[in-house]
Amino acid sequence: MATPIQQATPLSNQDAFRSGMRAGIPVAVGYIPIAIAFGLLAKSFDMPNVITLAMSLFIFAGASQFIGIQLIMAGSMYWEIVLTTFILNLRHFLMSASLSQRIETTSNRFLAAIAFGVTDETFSVASTRNEATRGHFVLGLNLIAFFAWNVGTWIGVFLAFGLPQSVQASMGIALYAMFIGLLVPSLTRKPVIVVAALAVVTQVVLYWGVASFIPLSSGLSIIIATIVAAGVGALLYEQEGAT
Amino acid sequence: MISLFLLVLAMALVTYVPRLVPLLWLRDLKLPPLLKRFLLFTPYAVLASLIFPGILYSTSSLSSALAGGVFATMLALLRVNLMLVVLGGILGVYVVETFI
Repeated sequence: MATPIQQATPLSNQDAFRSGMRAGIPVAVGYIPIAIAFGLLAKSFDMPNVITLAMSLFIFAGASQFIGIQLIMAGSMYWEIVLTTFILNLRHFLMSASLSQRIETTSNRFLAAIAFGVTDETFSVASTRNEATRGHFVLGLNLIAFFAWNVGTWIGVFLAFGLPQSVQASMGIALYAMFIGLLVPSLTRKPVIVVAALAVVTQVVLYWGVASFIPLSSGLSIIIATIVAAGVGALLYEQEGAT
Repeated sequence: MISLFLLVLAMALVTYVPRLVPLLWLRDLKLPPLLKRFLLFTPYAVLASLIFPGILYSTSSLSSALAGGVFATMLALLRVNLMLVVLGGILGVYVVETFI
């Protein structure tokens, strides 16, 4: 990824879009059970269906939606909920910044559409694929993920018959397995291995050290660990990306 | 109901802005090399911090989460298709939850 390979024959926009959709299938498969769980949770809290469906349609951010529902039902102040959502999603700033350096598309309207679909998962897939320099690829990837997220929410809200508990519990690993499947094959160069290791070490320190004194949301620890690891990597490896 | 809907819209706004701003305004800036390297390393740093420690609490027990993680890692090392890594992880969890 650090040294993108130029494609010999550029894909047509339509092919790039289709290729993005295909690349997004694992994300979509991972999203459906989680979105179903979200719909079920909202339903169990007696959240109006319109609100639950609107959350998936307009927010499209898993962690914030789950926490949003919980905070609403706990009677939190609205500004607290909005602030929590903001902090939780600031990490997408880093991801969009990283994408902005790779995407060759320049149309603002197009970029605004892509931006809406930047999630941990779509970004992870986009950043390990060379085709992601193409706006159409990223759009296809984001769209299929968005579609799956909304379909899952509808299933959770309206067909809440409930999967067997054992299957539900096993699905929780899906997105993490996907992250592993994306990260592990890129661990072939020392700088990348060091950066990934630094991120894990920082998380360990934050989670088992700092968090016992200062409350840290998972979103905030992800931001801190990312900045520390990528920052140290950028300082250590001056040759990286020098082409 | 209306206020709940406005809350959803406010949440949508604060979610969208951090996603949008860099894509619209960062791409035309000539970034210093240090920042550029930082952004090149970001995906790996994000992935690693997403995986750990979150994965430990992704299932109903630590042992099944570890089984799923180890299984997925082994498949990923074999460079199989991403979808198989995901299914392998789920299978690993399922086996441990059902039989142990």
